[in-house]
Amino acid sequence: MGTFQIDFGDAAQPERIIGIDLGTTNSLAAFMDLTGPEIIAAPDGARIVPSVVALLEDGSLIAGNAAKARLAQHPLETLYSTKRFMDRAASPLKIGNRELTPPEAGARILLELKNNAEAFFGEPITKAVVTVPAYFNDAQRQATKDAGRIAGLDILRLVNEPTAAALAYGLDKRNSGTIAVYDFGGGTFDISILKIQDGIFEVLATNGDTHLGGDDIDSLLIQIAIEDVATEWGAPISDDSAAVETLRQAVIKAKEQLSFALFANIDLEYNGKRYQREITREILERLIAPLIERTLAPCRLCLADAKLTHEDIDEVVLVGGSTRIPMVRKAVENLFRSKPHTELNPDEVVALGAAIQAGILSGEVKDTLLLDVTPLSLGIETMGGVVTKLIHRNSTIPASETEHFTTAVDGQTNVLIHVLQGERELVKDCRSLARFELTGIEPVPAGLARIEVKFLIDANGILNVSAKDTRTGKEQSVEVKPSYGLTDEQVEAMILESLTNAESDIRERQVREARVESDRILGALESAKQSDAWFELPEEDKAAIQTAHNELLLAYHGDDHRLIQAHMDKLDKASLKLAENMMNSAVRGALKGTKI
Amino acid sequence: MDYYRVLGIDPKLQLNLNELQQLFYGRSRELHPDRFARAEASVRDAALQESSTLNDAYRTLRDPLQRAEYFLKHRGFDIGEQGTKEVPPELLEEVFELNMALEELKDGDESARPQLATARDHFAALLAQSDIELDHLFAAHDATPGEEPLKQIRGLLNRRRYIQNLLRDVNGYLSN
Repeated sequence: MGTFQIDFGDAAQPERIIGIDLGTTNSLAAFMDLTGPEIIAAPDGARIVPSVVALLEDGSLIAGNAAKARLAQHPLETLYSTKRFMDRAASPLKIGNRELTPPEAGARILLELKNNAEAFFGEPITKAVVTVPAYFNDAQRQATKDAGRIAGLDILRLVNEPTAAALAYGLDKRNSGTIAVYDFGGGTFDISILKIQDGIFEVLATNGDTHLGGDDIDSLLIQIAIEDVATEWGAPISDDSAAVETLRQAVIKAKEQLSFALFANIDLEYNGKRYQREITREILERLIAPLIERTLAPCRLCLADAKLTHEDIDEVVLVGGSTRIPMVRKAVENLFRSKPHTELNPDEVVALGAAIQAGILSGEVKDTLLLDVTPLSLGIETMGGVVTKLIHRNSTIPASETEHFTTAVDGQTNVLIHVLQGERELVKDCRSLARFELTGIEPVPAGLARIEVKFLIDANGILNVSAKDTRTGKEQSVEVKPSYGLTDEQVEAMILESLTNAESDIRERQVREARVESDRILGALESAKQSDAWFELPEEDKAAIQTAHNELLLAYHGDDHRLIQAHMDKLDKASLKLAENMMNSAVRGALKGTKI
Repeated sequence: MDYYRVLGIDPKLQLNLNELQQLFYGRSRELHPDRFARAEASVRDAALQESSTLNDAYRTLRDPLQRAEYFLKHRGFDIGEQGTKEVPPELLEEVFELNMALEELKDGDESARPQLATARDHFAALLAQSDIELDHLFAAHDATPGEEPLKQIRGLLNRRRYIQNLLRDVNGYLSN
């Protein structure tokens, strides 16, 4: 038979949410499969999208593997590790003859992941959970959200990388206890301590350094290698960016080999010249020991903030490519005096966790909940350049604090609030986030105005400010001037033009496909109406089919493919009895040996 | 009192911290913004406000000192910094001697160091003692709520804050 497709699948499925690890060196996307989180591979099978952006000769921008392949030949037309500049979101980076802000560069990488996911699922993807270093401040988080907007991705949640890794390890299923996540990546370092109980992941404290990672190890090695090459070749190479980039890749290769071997070769071939130098693990360790030591101070502070000692930590989890270095593992083991978990691929574990968080948001994952914290204290500038803290670091988010402001001069209608983030006492030592201006205050004598300002850090770790005039009860308008980030208007202007087109292309295609399918079903129904089965059908069934038929026709002329699909399914269900009758009469006919 | 309401408990001063944590986890499951990711904007905003109140509540109530201050504030007490600058009468003599020793150390007289260390230990013990006292006062208030136990609690909090500041100063000098 097969006249009618009988499909009881849920027609109007809510839109899929993917999980994304937007890393300094590499980025990955993952989704929640029936059996657990899975990495979304590109059409060519690649699981990793290198966080590299390249400008082509025709002026177009590409990201990922193709961009990375151009690094050595076109170092001035490529950008890498742009995540390190997210705290200066409004300062553009040079790429060839163009300029790109860090969020725009991030958007290119997100777009590559989005395209891969759309090819993978055959449907448009517009919603994502994106991970950020736990120690990212408000500006860096906002810049990441902006990158999503520019790429046409609605970032439903920013989740901290170490917390995502803890989710991926599924430690909640094995036991309850206290775990430390040591996350040493390409550009950032984080340490988080969590308490896990009955599926609740409560972060007790977090610390870190957003400018400390494998990149710093590379720079150390390159500096030495550049001098060495110059001595051997008798000419400096530091002005030749292509030579430096080729050397950088050779150095990284040697560094990676030293995680598994005791010796490695830095092997450089450039313009017909060759340079080879053996490097031992011992030398590498001597060089990087100070960098590793720099990760231990945040670990100790984090333990102290959690009011714990190493004895209270039940398990340690390692995340990030730099934790492959044996010396890093040893340092962590010494500090926490327990053997760390390394079962999951440290490059993939964060993306897998992001997919689980996406599952929590969509409702697919139940009983699991993350309670994360804000990594830095939030305060406002008060008299004498002093910072008054409002929300302390390691407060569970969302967190809020209310402050009251008044006017200092008769008839004053504006109040300026300077918001800062950091642990130090003075404004000059903290990070300026934004200036919020309360405008349109009713002019009254000095000190009479009563403005209540609510500072709220949301579940993404991003500050929201709202204000109310408590004398009039009216909402007070708040104007935000970010200190380093992009304004709303700037982000709006950056939203990729081509992108919105690409999306409408996909939608159009889906509508067209749905209409073709409808044509098939409507045609089949018309011919079924000529059969005996139709005449045997009770009147009420006929009426139900007719109603579903009319509704499908209405949806058919609209542009919502989901609606069309939903009404096709409805018609399918309404005509179940008809399909059954047709099947039976066909069987009867066959038994009698006669044709219908 | 919002903080007690959002956790669904009676406004008492003595709280069992394990029970409090379980209540917090339970309410988080209901109120956390993750639960409303697909809801409309007004629902999402309500969840954000309510869960921030819940988190603020747990952070405040799990700490006995912050809890007491919150309680006093809502019972109309002034809990500002004033009152903590004055030396509690029973500590006058000790504080006087301590200040002398501090001056000597500042002038380079290292012989004052052991005396300061002794003073530090003494004040640390006083601090620990005041925590026990505070708990007794909490119990007294919960048994028969009224103005009088709250006044005593405020007095103890002021005294405690004074000792804490003193201890911080002494530790600062000793570590230099």
